[in-house]
Amino acid sequence: MNKEKTNMNTRREILAGMGLATLGLIGLNTAWKKLSLDDTALNAIENRAALATTQFPNVTLYTHEGEAVKFYDDLIRDKVVAINMMYAQCAGICPKATANLLQVQEMLGERAGRDVFMYSITLQPELDTPRGLRQYTERYGIKSGWKFLTGAPEDIELVRYRLGFFDSDAKVDDVKENHTGMVRIGNDALNRWSMAASLSEPNQIMATINHLDPKIVHTFADKYS
Amino acid sequence: MKHSEDDFKQDTIHDMPEGSTPDAPSNESRRSFFKTTGATILAAPLVLTSRKSEAQAIILPPSPPTTPWLEELPETVEPVAQTDLLTDSYLIPQGEANTLYDECGRDKHQRWADFFGNPQLQYDQADTYELRAEEVMDHVFHPDYPPQLVWNYIGKFENGDPYPNPTFHARYGRPVIVRLYNELPDNHVGFGTPEISMHLHNLHTPSESDGFPGDYFSQTKSGPTLSGPGKYKDQFYPNVYAGLDDFPKGPNNPVGGDKREALGTLWYHDHCLDFTASNASRGLAGFYLIYDALDSGDEHDPNPAALRLPSGPYDYPLAFQDKRFDANGIQIFDQLSPEGTFGDKITVNGKIEPVLKVARRKYRFRLLNAGPSRFYQFHLVNEANQVQSFIYISNDGNLLPKPLLNQFKVHLGVAERGDIVVDFSKYALGTELYLANRLIQTDTRGPGNVRAPGMRVLKFIIDREPSEPDVSRVPSTLRPIRRPTLAEIAAAPVRTWIFSRKNSMWSINDKFVDVNSPAARIAAGGMEIWELQNPSGGWSHPVHIHFEEGHILKRFKNGVEVPVPAHEKGRKDVYVLGPSESIRLFMRFRDFPGKYVMHCHNMIHEDHAMMVRWDIVV
Repeated sequence: MNKEKTNMNTRREILAGMGLATLGLIGLNTAWKKLSLDDTALNAIENRAALATTQFPNVTLYTHEGEAVKFYDDLIRDKVVAINMMYAQCAGICPKATANLLQVQEMLGERAGRDVFMYSITLQPELDTPRGLRQYTERYGIKSGWKFLTGAPEDIELVRYRLGFFDSDAKVDDVKENHTGMVRIGNDALNRWSMAASLSEPNQIMATINHLDPKIVHTFADKYS
Repeated sequence: MKHSEDDFKQDTIHDMPEGSTPDAPSNESRRSFFKTTGATILAAPLVLTSRKSEAQAIILPPSPPTTPWLEELPETVEPVAQTDLLTDSYLIPQGEANTLYDECGRDKHQRWADFFGNPQLQYDQADTYELRAEEVMDHVFHPDYPPQLVWNYIGKFENGDPYPNPTFHARYGRPVIVRLYNELPDNHVGFGTPEISMHLHNLHTPSESDGFPGDYFSQTKSGPTLSGPGKYKDQFYPNVYAGLDDFPKGPNNPVGGDKREALGTLWYHDHCLDFTASNASRGLAGFYLIYDALDSGDEHDPNPAALRLPSGPYDYPLAFQDKRFDANGIQIFDQLSPEGTFGDKITVNGKIEPVLKVARRKYRFRLLNAGPSRFYQFHLVNEANQVQSFIYISNDGNLLPKPLLNQFKVHLGVAERGDIVVDFSKYALGTELYLANRLIQTDTRGPGNVRAPGMRVLKFIIDREPSEPDVSRVPSTLRPIRRPTLAEIAAAPVRTWIFSRKNSMWSINDKFVDVNSPAARIAAGGMEIWELQNPSGGWSHPVHIHFEEGHILKRFKNGVEVPVPAHEKGRKDVYVLGPSESIRLFMRFRDFPGKYVMHCHNMIHEDHAMMVRWDIVV
């Protein structure tokens, strides 16, 4: 299993993160109290008949601006979207991925948040509070129109699977960082989905977004300089 | 579901991963499946979830069972009929893109003037065809499944009737122009994208007609490497042998190029960037067969040099694809799974478990694994599952120097081809034989073990005597091969390409696809040794290199040299890298500069970024 980190790292990351957890949880919305680091979260998911009508769960997530949003209704429905997964503590490829997506946001210009919606969803909701994510956006100079999202861990897990950020090998799947390499790109109205590597050249990511955005004729994107 | 080893229907093959005991069924499913089927939630298939961390990964139930051997394949695969492209003076094929009249913004055809002498094609300079990529609403994969949507390239028969995914018969020395109209609906919902780039797999075709992945087009879109959208695109297939610069056309070389480089069994399919798996699964694929003086496609050929292999109705292409169907019998493809959708039904020329009635004589069968991701090992078996022998004459469309006699299997990675000659005169009239796949595979990552008796995918019934004596033959030598000399091998620089898993996607040399910039720039006329490495134990990668073929010099498994199988000792364009394997091959780069790609032809891997652009430069 080359190139994939195994869960040795994860454990370390979780342990390292634990110390921050209490701090990060202060001031959270009451709706988001289902925090759990064990399997009960996973069990809870299996009883959710309400999620059956769409491939995308309509769970409530929280933006870095503190807004509660419905995942499908507010973020996906009838939109062209580019979604990646990250976490603030991720020291691996996340900074580079975020930098690439920042270039994508620059290339999108006014289209960002109007025609194309960019989302980054935390893989570490136990630690990444809305406030923490806002600090992350400030640190990277991310402009409005690109939402960073957190939520109850089991909701995030469900979203992660439905968006295809998983590995069928459980050992690989257990490592959060393994899910930070992809940008899910899609057009919900056409139910057409693709992806790009978050470490691709930004203009390659951009070309895939342009491919899925019906308003764009020529998909070539000039590298942002 | 039945588990009997005695029952060989396709639905008895299980694709559920071992040990993934399903939990209680949940009624979650993917909206796309409902959209496609129009089914209500109540009628939806049970979608099973497995334990622990796979708890949320959707595991598809098997395709519904089918009753085998209900439909017959046609006894003859006819060549597609030509369309005169000179009738409208505004639309005559030309070197430059005809963007004024709705051609997409392709690069100009290379060497156009060398071939035709004029900016526009003149009468009788080329065979010209028209294809239209269209939605077909009533395709029947199997009578037990409802008629349903597919996408096909539509050509025409001699009588003018539409001919879905037609077979081309081309001839060396005679250029072909295919005008491809894209008439797929812009507003298509579900898997597949209506922008296309048609790749003719393995033809020595200049870059702009190669079907480069970034060259996708529709009326409303153009890919990153095209300059504008359009209604159609002209593909120019020169049909010259590779090596045109070294072996120029002349009185003693009427075709041009090195005739030892002749190709035979090629196929065309969509190659749209990021969407090849879904578009090819939708049905955009067909055969392109090319003949020359040696492999002339005429078993009556009076030319003493001609091979006289079985021809006409007895030269029969067979394309195998893996597909998955929902509880309503509608094809599904999960666009959001990082591992795509593994097909548990095998279609043969678009049909599940069809019958081919054959005459008591020799046949040439051209077997193609048309993907998207399954591997096959086919055996010809009788009713009692005893394997039957045949002659293996060609791999990846290239006639081997000598036929391999008394063969019992054809192993095909995605996009590989194997031509075999089966002599049905050995059997009594009424005999029934089967083509069975004995390679076990449960997911898109790669094949497992070989296990008898396998899944029967095609039934042959020997139902008649031939209408005339069988004059076809398989000579003891087929096509000479130009192997690289030791000096050439010694002088060739080595370039290493590592195919690996990275960030939950697949990379080549640690990088993901970038159609805008080449990872290698090779001078025209150059020779190189390419070493393809798969360091992983977890995946197989059938690697395809566009445009130029290679000679396998060495094969390694876990770093130890292993023998190169006999069928891989000719020229190849697909190199099957099993887990922890590497292959060293010799390549020449000739004749047509431009941009080309190398990629894993497991289309799931290909669409998840395992592709690299390389250029030939002057």
